Amino acid sequence: MAKYILKRVLISIVTLWVLVTVVFILVRCMPGEPFQGEKMTPEIKANLEAYYGFDKSLPEQYIMYVRNLLSGDFGYSMKYLNQSVNKIIAQSFPYSFDLGIRAIVFSVSFGIIFGIIAALNRGKKLDYLCVVIAILGTSIPDFIMGAILQYLFGIKWGLLPVAQYLGFRYTILPAVGVGFYTLAMVSRLMRASMLEVVQQDYIKTAKAKGLSKAEIVCSHQIRNAITPVVTVLGPVVASILCGTFVIESIFAIPGMGKYYVESVQNLDYSLVLGMTVFYGSFLILSNLVVDILYGVIDPRIRLQESR
Amino acid sequence: MKREKILEVKDLEFSFRTYGGVVKSVRNVSFDIYAGETVGIVGESGCGKSVTAQSILKLNPEPPGFFGEKSSIKFKGSEIVTKTEKEMRVIRGKDIGFIFQDPMTSLNPTMRIGRQIGEVLKGRMEGRENLSRAQIKERVLEILKMVGITDVEKRYKQYPYELSGGMKQRVMIAIALVGNPSLIIADEPTTSLDVTIEAQILELLKDLQERFHTAIIFITHDLGVIAKLCDRVMVMYGGKIVEKGSVEDIYYQTRHPYTVGLMNSIARLDLDKSVDLKPIEGTPPDLFSPPVGCPFAMRCEHAMKICYRKLPDYFDISDGHQCMCWLQDERAPRIKLHTQLMDKGEE
Repeated sequence: MAKYILKRVLISIVTLWVLVTVVFILVRCMPGEPFQGEKMTPEIKANLEAYYGFDKSLPEQYIMYVRNLLSGDFGYSMKYLNQSVNKIIAQSFPYSFDLGIRAIVFSVSFGIIFGIIAALNRGKKLDYLCVVIAILGTSIPDFIMGAILQYLFGIKWGLLPVAQYLGFRYTILPAVGVGFYTLAMVSRLMRASMLEVVQQDYIKTAKAKGLSKAEIVCSHQIRNAITPVVTVLGPVVASILCGTFVIESIFAIPGMGKYYVESVQNLDYSLVLGMTVFYGSFLILSNLVVDILYGVIDPRIRLQESR
Repeated sequence: MKREKILEVKDLEFSFRTYGGVVKSVRNVSFDIYAGETVGIVGESGCGKSVTAQSILKLNPEPPGFFGEKSSIKFKGSEIVTKTEKEMRVIRGKDIGFIFQDPMTSLNPTMRIGRQIGEVLKGRMEGRENLSRAQIKERVLEILKMVGITDVEKRYKQYPYELSGGMKQRVMIAIALVGNPSLIIADEPTTSLDVTIEAQILELLKDLQERFHTAIIFITHDLGVIAKLCDRVMVMYGGKIVEKGSVEDIYYQTRHPYTVGLMNSIARLDLDKSVDLKPIEGTPPDLFSPPVGCPFAMRCEHAMKICYRKLPDYFDISDGHQCMCWLQDERAPRIKLHTQLMDKGEE
């Protein structure tokens, strides 16, 4: 297991390096430059460019950037005066992270529960209800879902606040908005997986042992049905992080999404790079965690990896 | 010696509703099982062996499956067909153990061996001993040793994928035995194992049976296995028992043309090599609309007119040896059925 984790970590580092390099090149391929169009004398512009190192050759800039990166320094933003990228991330990330975690917990737990309920009531009303929710969830894009939630719960019924992020009540609508797609996906997957497991021979063995329906479902069916759901958690984290971008702007939440979009529009090289690398490493890390978790749930994986 | 009758199956009928219509998998099957004996059920795929076995524990899914009206299965005098799921749970695993065909898929891949066996003993239901965790573990370790597993403390904590096929089948046997049942139903327990492991497993079953005097219903399509293990044999075809009797009766006094066909299609080393194996021509009958007459008539080389029109009765050949075939009627022509084994028996 230790060897497996080490291997995965090494692969992750290489992936991260490729990411940094590709984004570094891509950002500089964008038309225009950071200080274009701003009112300043050529001397000031030259000074600024020297300050950010643009007077040096591209390879030199690259080496400088990577060296700074290795010491954990993302550099200074080119638009927000005297704001380091580290600081911007440190300020905005907690909001995005908090929203993301809430969305994941909400969507995965309810998705699994809905999936189980649907499978156990196959062909009955409850099953159809869960299927309808799943279809709605997968077919309505999150920005529309966000607006619908705001309209219904915020404006029409006046139950929950529609903007900002000041306490638990403020987090409900955005978390549901971000997580709804995932909830739908997880519930469909869980339902299908439950129905597949129930056909397995070991369920019949369990029945022949004289176990009750509840015992069979809890200790044999769910445990085996849940593994495919765990494998999609990696992509789920990715989709939820992307979802937060949109929802953050709809619900006026001061998270990273806002800065990310602006930094691209402003050609704020260091901020784009910094945020991409940060997101990238976060995603890679969460995939790593999911892989390890998968081994914990399915003992067969553990063996294959340790061999 | 009067032995105790533990299972009495009478007019058992089991059918499945499907989109194509009703499949009559088991039709009017009757047999008794006595304490401590081994009874083989033999027949080709789809003849109703497994459905018969599983209906004894009501393991067939209902719906789409359902019992025929007159069906009766009495276990130690109490009727099984009308029992509820809750009542069945007391019998399953405790009074009647079940060994499934494929040990590779019949064990839960994500649960430790020890727990899978111990589960049988868990629960606080009427008629069950209420064992503590430690007692359950002790009993499981004991049963693991009995089925020939070494290093039981280690195995107790292992997962099925860490065990070989033969070992897994031993675990399945342990699951069937741990509740100390008076009847074990083994549904082709060695079909998915290789021959050397098969021999070991059969030896184990025989050994355990002698120790615990458990009755065994042994389902197989392998007549060789039957000869090694069983006291009595029932030959099934098209959802019906076509011939039943002691192993000697069936092997040396074969009366049903289908049984003859089965005998002649066994490959044997000790018999004349110049004689080709003789497969039974044709395919089993369509159980969506079973034939009116004898189910085997279409494939039978001795079929007469009546065979297609009327289902034959059971004819008594000798005490305990019955055969469902019109050839046994006194008006039928005397046809000498022939198997190489019968020749051997006469020598």
